[in-house]
Amino acid sequence: MEGCRIAGRPGLTEDTLQADPRGVLTGVHFIDGDHAVCEGALAAGCRFVAGYPITPSTEIVERFAARIPQVGGIFIQMEDELAASMAIQGAAWGGRKVMNVTSGPGLSLMMEHLGYAFMTETPCVWVDVQRGGPSTGLPTAPAQADMMQIRWGSHGDFEVIALAPHSPQECFDLTVRAFNLAEAWRVPVFLMLDEVVGHMTERVDIPAAEVIEVVERKWTRKRPGEYKVYGTTPEDPVPEMIKAGDGYRVHVTGLTHDEKGYPDLTPGAQARLGRRLVDKIRTHADRLVDIREDGVEGADVVVVSFGITSRVAHAAIEAARARGAKVGSARLVIAWPFPAARMREIARTAKAIIVPELNLGQMVLEVERAVAGATRVIGLPHAGGTVHEVETILDAILEASR
Amino acid sequence: MSQDLDTRPEADLGMDNEALAFLRQDRIPHIWCPGCGIGTTVNCFCRALGDSGLDLDRVAIVSGIGCTGRTAGYLNLDSFHTTHGRAIPFATGLKLANPGLKVVVYSGDGDLSAIGGNHLMHAARRNMDLMVVCVNNFTYGMTGGQVAPTTPTGPTQTTMPYGNFESPFNLPFLADACGAVYVARWTVYHVRQLAKAMREGLQKKGFVFIEALSPCPTLYSRRNRLGDGVDQVKYYKERSQVRNGADTKEVGLTFQGDIVVGKFVDRERPTWMEAMNSHFSKVLGETFHPYGAPDGKD
Repeated sequence: MEGCRIAGRPGLTEDTLQADPRGVLTGVHFIDGDHAVCEGALAAGCRFVAGYPITPSTEIVERFAARIPQVGGIFIQMEDELAASMAIQGAAWGGRKVMNVTSGPGLSLMMEHLGYAFMTETPCVWVDVQRGGPSTGLPTAPAQADMMQIRWGSHGDFEVIALAPHSPQECFDLTVRAFNLAEAWRVPVFLMLDEVVGHMTERVDIPAAEVIEVVERKWTRKRPGEYKVYGTTPEDPVPEMIKAGDGYRVHVTGLTHDEKGYPDLTPGAQARLGRRLVDKIRTHADRLVDIREDGVEGADVVVVSFGITSRVAHAAIEAARARGAKVGSARLVIAWPFPAARMREIARTAKAIIVPELNLGQMVLEVERAVAGATRVIGLPHAGGTVHEVETILDAILEASR
Repeated sequence: MSQDLDTRPEADLGMDNEALAFLRQDRIPHIWCPGCGIGTTVNCFCRALGDSGLDLDRVAIVSGIGCTGRTAGYLNLDSFHTTHGRAIPFATGLKLANPGLKVVVYSGDGDLSAIGGNHLMHAARRNMDLMVVCVNNFTYGMTGGQVAPTTPTGPTQTTMPYGNFESPFNLPFLADACGAVYVARWTVYHVRQLAKAMREGLQKKGFVFIEALSPCPTLYSRRNRLGDGVDQVKYYKERSQVRNGADTKEVGLTFQGDIVVGKFVDRERPTWMEAMNSHFSKVLGETFHPYGAPDGKD
């Protein structure tokens, strides 16, 4: 299944399994994006979700709470998002595939534990159904304004992987993929919905379990004594994992640590660990590119978009083409790591890149950084609450095409 | 007098200590100050582990942040040093994901009752199957002696430079009121009783809360002219009254006043997972997939 395919890590194939049929609701469904995320998580093998209610994400945990007793696993509604974002990490070290689900204000509360997950290399999936902000903002209306928060919102240097579905079908597909990426790379993986994608109801095809690729945790085959909890090699920067109770007696800490997981508060250890953790993603970013392109080659103008905005942009692009404009579309399915190299290539031929997004200028900054003046970059900010008007994007395309 | 000096090589010192088998010896020396009581509680915990009969491969320890928060790093168990205040949520996830584990939360009064206070209340309410050891030294040690929710009214702390005018938590009462099934308080003077309480806690199913009063000679004692660690242990000895089964409402602490110690609560209540399994079995019948087999395979 194309949508679920993971971006490969060396030596991964032997750990790729078929989905456990118990969690797979094979068939054709008419459900919203939030419900599709839940089904994607169950299909991917997620058996532990800790949540805290927050609009517009709550339907995901409501469905999970209803479904998990028949599948075998745990849903627990915690007392706040701080607890939810930490409970999943305990559960990951207890051996489960885990997810938490939130929206803006909850995401802000979870930021410390985003850093903990990165620092301790805890595989986990974070779903953010974006709403208008800052603060309580617009609880029931869309935005795409958390894109920089997930990239930079925890203190210190870190990296995440972020996927941006634009339909309920992609909510299913990309949730499976998010779990696979989390296991493959052992970083927090974000699924960045928005209120519209979360609440939009469309056809969702859930395939048979045997065609859904699921990446198993990278369990060690070493014995206690020879295993180091953060042992890596230059060829493979992702450490093997164990679960508590298997006799390895590991130590895991958010402090700067060595290969044994022991605190090591020296500049040397900080440099070694910090470098390995960020380079795990940065030096493999070329494996983590997923841009869906349409008519980019030979286009005068390229619209770079993601999530719900890409669907509005699609209508504008069609209208512009009908008027003779040579316009292409580049939709970011993986938003982080940002596909800077491909943006630079596009900038070499396009006269302009237009970046519509439901925020007052976030991913456009990444596009500007990547192309470094090689072409004109036009941001189309929108404060959220609704999606763009098609005409706004159309006008920008026509203006830039002249 | 030289024959009185211990001339054994340093590596031999204390090698007969029964606690060593439970410690990560490659992490010693520890960071705790001379006269600090945390190490004494860890000695008691090691004894309790040995006496409990538990398979130590199946015991995990989770700490938050602070002086006591370093405990997890010294125990030769699966050990997790988490974030400030969040040891209980992490432990909740760990326990529910892997129900065959015995999960112990070992942290300080600030970590568990200030920043983590909400989690303490809710884990007790749910009767989550965790043993929580709260080492209460009445202050924030690692950050230099600030006022804590447990600081009695009166003494000086760096952020209460004119004396503390707030009222402290009565932690056993809090844990009791929230639903803990086992609540005890001892001091580091009461090493046998503390070790026994920890052993009972390890063997108890459900939310266990053990408060261990412990001196902080470097900050709390020195700033308030209470002498050194030994002076504090003498105070614990002289002013403690053992009252097992005491009403937890009556066991609040005052500055250098009387200390009620003992096992206050020991009762039975279904754990969160027991309640979940029995409820779902009842309402969902055959369609329910029971969770929590002892082999850890859900």
